[in-house]
Amino acid sequence: MKTIENKEGNETIDSLPSSTKPAIELKNITKRFGHVVANSDVNLKVSTGTIHGIVGENGAGKSTLMNILFGLYKPDIGTIFLNGQAVDVNSPEKSIALGIGMVHQHFMLVPTFTVLENAMLGNEGSMVLKSGEKVVLDRLKGLSKNYGLDVDFKAIISDTSVGMQQRVEILKALNRGAKILILDEPTGVLTPQETIGLFDILRSLRGQGVTIILITHKLKEIISITDTVSVMRGGKVVANFSTEKTSPEELAENMVGRKVLLSIKKPYFTVGKPVLEVKNVSHESKDGVHVLNDISFDLKEGEILGIAGVAGNGQSELLDILSGIETLQKGQITVNGKTILPYQDWNSKKAREFGVAHVPEDRHKRGLVLPFYNYENSILGYHRNEDYSSGFLMDKRKILNFVDDLVENFDVRPRSSSISSGKLSGGNQQKLVLAREIESNPNILLVGQPTRGVDIGAIERIYEDLMKLKSKGTAILLVSVELDEIMSLSDRIIVMNQGTIVGETNSSHATELDLGKMMSGLEQV
Amino acid sequence: MSESNIIPKWLTVGVIPLINLFLAFCVSGLFIFFIGENPFRAIFVMIKGAFYYPGAIGYTLYYTTNFIFTGLAVALAFHARLFNIGGEGQAYVGGLGVGLVCLIFDQHVVGFLVTILAILGSVFFGAIWGIIPGYLQAKRGSHIVITTIMFNFIAAALMVYLLVNVIIEPGQMSPETRDFASGVGLVQLHILAKYLGLEMAMSPLNLSFIVALTVSVGFWFLVWRTKFGYEVRSLGHSETAAIYAGIKVSSTIIIVMAISGGLAGLVAINELLGVHNKLLLGFTAGYGFTGIAVALMGRNHPFGIFLASLLFGALYQGGTELDFEFSSITREMVLLIQGLIILFSGALAYMLSPLVERVYLKYYGNYNNG
Repeated sequence: MKTIENKEGNETIDSLPSSTKPAIELKNITKRFGHVVANSDVNLKVSTGTIHGIVGENGAGKSTLMNILFGLYKPDIGTIFLNGQAVDVNSPEKSIALGIGMVHQHFMLVPTFTVLENAMLGNEGSMVLKSGEKVVLDRLKGLSKNYGLDVDFKAIISDTSVGMQQRVEILKALNRGAKILILDEPTGVLTPQETIGLFDILRSLRGQGVTIILITHKLKEIISITDTVSVMRGGKVVANFSTEKTSPEELAENMVGRKVLLSIKKPYFTVGKPVLEVKNVSHESKDGVHVLNDISFDLKEGEILGIAGVAGNGQSELLDILSGIETLQKGQITVNGKTILPYQDWNSKKAREFGVAHVPEDRHKRGLVLPFYNYENSILGYHRNEDYSSGFLMDKRKILNFVDDLVENFDVRPRSSSISSGKLSGGNQQKLVLAREIESNPNILLVGQPTRGVDIGAIERIYEDLMKLKSKGTAILLVSVELDEIMSLSDRIIVMNQGTIVGETNSSHATELDLGKMMSGLEQV
Repeated sequence: MSESNIIPKWLTVGVIPLINLFLAFCVSGLFIFFIGENPFRAIFVMIKGAFYYPGAIGYTLYYTTNFIFTGLAVALAFHARLFNIGGEGQAYVGGLGVGLVCLIFDQHVVGFLVTILAILGSVFFGAIWGIIPGYLQAKRGSHIVITTIMFNFIAAALMVYLLVNVIIEPGQMSPETRDFASGVGLVQLHILAKYLGLEMAMSPLNLSFIVALTVSVGFWFLVWRTKFGYEVRSLGHSETAAIYAGIKVSSTIIIVMAISGGLAGLVAINELLGVHNKLLLGFTAGYGFTGIAVALMGRNHPFGIFLASLLFGALYQGGTELDFEFSSITREMVLLIQGLIILFSGALAYMLSPLVERVYLKYYGNYNNG
């Protein structure tokens, strides 16, 4: 069945109108890390002047494959053909010289340089910077006009928006002569409006013969922008489609290898009394930037309150203050009837004592100590609890009993208490963190980016767990940059932009467009 | 996933250090060869010097004791990702603790009690010398590497001043205190053996060795079995996760440095209470610095530290013999060999792991995969 699909897909790609030789052809690429096979016999063909999507769960091998194409890894077996010629891409320099450009998920820009200085990096025009600048500026202006890449060349990168930084990255690649552009999760940091802008740019690049590979996990985007799409699973390309002949459902099914239902049944629970009240909270970062301005809201028992916003608009700081990681500077917080005032003794330990559990946005930096075994991580933050210790000693047997139940009940795979948490997949790490926080029986749960870097199978499970918790009456504050997630899980949504709450809406009448407008700060509701 | 997790532990902890050691000896052998001596005979002399002659083992274990203390001191700080280079100064100041306690009390209190107090004094004074850099790191952000190095110099200067001007035995020239009273001190094991009717060659090995072994077990317990150890390790692996877990970073740093300094301070009980029976200049003789290599080689685990200490103890003792036996091999040559061992097993510890990994996977990779 799979093979038939495969064949059909390949035929459609071959029959696409394009130049005779495909821009990129990967043949039998295999890459192992120890006994982990990251790519196994991967074949991929992308025709010149098309947009090709690659979808797959985390760990499916997308990034490895792109890193091979960009010369960061050397494949164990296999050949890369560019325009029909076998090439040996053994370093990023070589790959740039061959006309491949990559826009990484996390931008590689010098924050204190201007847009021009960044865009010319790697192709400065001449030995003497000043005279080179003129040459490059003319060239960049041409490129910028040609493809609708609107940037302000004099602006300092750190002052510019994420959208502009991304355009600078694209310009930088084009300035180095890229004819093939790889974009890794380019829309993760963009508002819906910025995404539309990016897609316009990509279409105009395609119109002028640039070949684009787009890696994303957002199936809707694949459908709206790509010409062809490959699905990766377990290090293999399991299916190729012509985009117009496929659907998000079919792609999801191929990604996971089974049917997935991502629709969520919200349990019925009458919202109770407020358990978390935030009043006029403002916060200044260490560099004196006002990251939060006069934030007020409340959260009730059994309610899921979603906080939407583009990453970096104060949501992280808000979570940090509520969970006790940051000191409260201004305003007041009431947690289960206990009021916290500015500069009072408020820390993570106390927050837990007050019944606030926290699934942090960054599980690698905060939620887990990666080299620790699962059983050690299963009590992180609760290690003082008398359930796991007697006096100043830890009770290893009790902890092991606890973690065995934990991995069983929350389906953490592999079901092992004595494996380093760093070796788990993103989804299983997140399940472990969530399990630990839920098991502490909180009545307020703060959740940041619950499904970032988590595969679809685990997302299903995480949503279920959150809903179960809600039905028990726990109040949940959900911060996410995934609008779909916010819209489908929350009862109520507030939108943050530049540290301010710019709007509040009931999730039943929120539309993506309205939220997008609020997120970009265009419209106050 | 991450490459370093592929090969089993016995390779990384057992085989690789042995290969490193072997390489260090090979290179040392080359040097000995170049100065015109027979490297095999040199090795033979060294091993005989460290283990064979009457009392040799005692001397080796006496050095080992010092390295266990300083190795554990460095290792504990490492667990909190603090690089305590100040073991030397902490040991030195620990000696001041011993000296002061003995000089003040030994005329009035029974020797046994004075000894106990002196041990506590070494820990307490060493701890203070660790707490100050710890505090500066935790509260003021002064880098612990810089401050602990500086504190080594301050300790050295302070001790010279005190020994020359203040606590020197009146009426004599060498900068030493008077001898401690006769009942004070840790008994040497060969004397203890005689009491028990056993024959044991004379050596400076004393009860401090037993203290060192006990402290090693305590160290393991503290780091891997207590809440405090859990917090220290969390902090060491990820400060952000430690803050998330509600662990107080600055107080943990200060306590770790206190214990670390206290452990280093215990060198003084071996040297002063066990051997010299007075406080004197320069008794630390670089043990604090070698402790860094010991901790590195011992992978911050007390058992590893014991083995590494034994190795360095044998090198010190065997090295003396080498110096004695060969006119062309000087004390500096012995230092060179020690340096090479530190280089290969400390600084280049992971140099060979990709190779070993590849060889292992070639022969066992498929077996494990199934």
